Amino acid sequence: MCLGVPMQVVSLRDGTAVAEIDGVRREASLMMLAEPVAVGEYLIVHAGFAIARIDAAEAEETLRLMREVFDHEDMA
Amino acid sequence: MRFQDEYRARGLVQGLAQSIRGEAAALAVPLRFMEVCGTHTMAIAQFGLKTLLPETVRLVSGPGCPVCVTPVGYLDHALALAGDPVNMVTSFGDLLRVPGSCSSLMEQRACGRDVRIVYSALDALTLAVQHPDRRVIFLGVGFETTAPTVAAAILNAERLGLSNFFVLASHKTMPAAMAALTVDPRLQIAGYICPAHVSTVIGGEAYRPLAEQHGIPCVVTGFEPADVLQGVLMLLRQRLAGEARVEIQYRRAVTWEGNRRAQELLQQVFEPCDAPWRGLGQIPGSGLAIRDRFGRFDAGRVLPVELPEPREPAGCRCGEVLTGSIAPEDCPLFHTVCRPETPVGACMVSSEGSCAAASRYGVR
Ligand code: SF4
Repeated sequence: MCLGVPMQVVSLRDGTAVAEIDGVRREASLMMLAEPVAVGEYLIVHAGFAIARIDAAEAEETLRLMREVFDHEDMA
Repeated sequence: MRFQDEYRARGLVQGLAQSIRGEAAALAVPLRFMEVCGTHTMAIAQFGLKTLLPETVRLVSGPGCPVCVTPVGYLDHALALAGDPVNMVTSFGDLLRVPGSCSSLMEQRACGRDVRIVYSALDALTLAVQHPDRRVIFLGVGFETTAPTVAAAILNAERLGLSNFFVLASHKTMPAAMAALTVDPRLQIAGYICPAHVSTVIGGEAYRPLAEQHGIPCVVTGFEPADVLQGVLMLLRQRLAGEARVEIQYRRAVTWEGNRRAQELLQQVFEPCDAPWRGLGQIPGSGLAIRDRFGRFDAGRVLPVELPEPREPAGCRCGEVLTGSIAPEDCPLFHTVCRPETPVGACMVSSEGSCAAASRYGVR
């Protein structure tokens, strides 16, 4: 029922985005997003609507925290 | 794929698993963490994450598959509606093979009933516009992620002045069900891997009462293997420190306040109600009913039907699977009578169901 994956915006028209993952394209209404969306951004699409955007800075931060867990242990 | 491959990197996954094993050594008693989202269930099975964890850290699946928690009575209602030739029943694909008391939507479609798979509630709305002589009924099943999309369709139907679009609504809200499971002493849940996409809508804040009043750690977790393991590690650390807080692991998509627009849509069209969950029974305040103001779009209200006494599939133990009290393999029908090609219960039908995940990936 829900695609558990982020989709990349390939085009925009009248409040609707076309987003793609692994060659699958879906239309997604943008009415639930407060801020404008740009081509190339990643969105979480659920049942025809973009419900969230992926924050690239937070994504990097999460990876950094993950790596920190065991980098730290390697030193110990 | 960006935002996916990085979180599947072998080194990262192994490193996190090793940290969990190291820190779990300090545990005096084993812990059970529950995930309440079908996509987590699938990811955990697909990537064999349970095999990476120590004996003392167990993952159990809860009622996270919307199709699986939908009671038989709802399907009977949908089937009765499909029986009227004026009606066109539209649904997400997962629901079609789920058995009702005597049949499934798939079987009815094979018998010539007009049952159509749609990807979005908006597609159902388009069908209503294209077929003014028909009644188009959308089967509104799902959690806080789906309910706002259905609300948007109802608001659009009102704006377009449509009188042939209806929703048979059985939406459910997650935190109320989690609270009910938490107080069940048989389940012994030590922490929640909170759903990723539901939380994009409701926000991390929504779990605060659960954490504070029930003293249970809650971590909003993403779907990739490294996300799940980091979520488990965060839960473990809370337990070891004697804490019960809400944390957001999936920060790249989830905020504390959630998606306000989606929340507004949901609140505009729906109001909380008591709702029956398969396996869990009636849970106060865990459902969403269409508000009176939009009552004319509510199929449950304006299109009454005769319903049979609901009958669960004989021998199916979905109810216990859904509360995590048994594993799918513990059901005597699992892989004997009940297989993906010939499912007996909803947990095997839905691609997000625990029995389907266990069958496909065979990991305990
Ligand atoms: S294996 Fe089949 S019959 Fe058993 S609980 Fe799962 S869905 Fe029901």
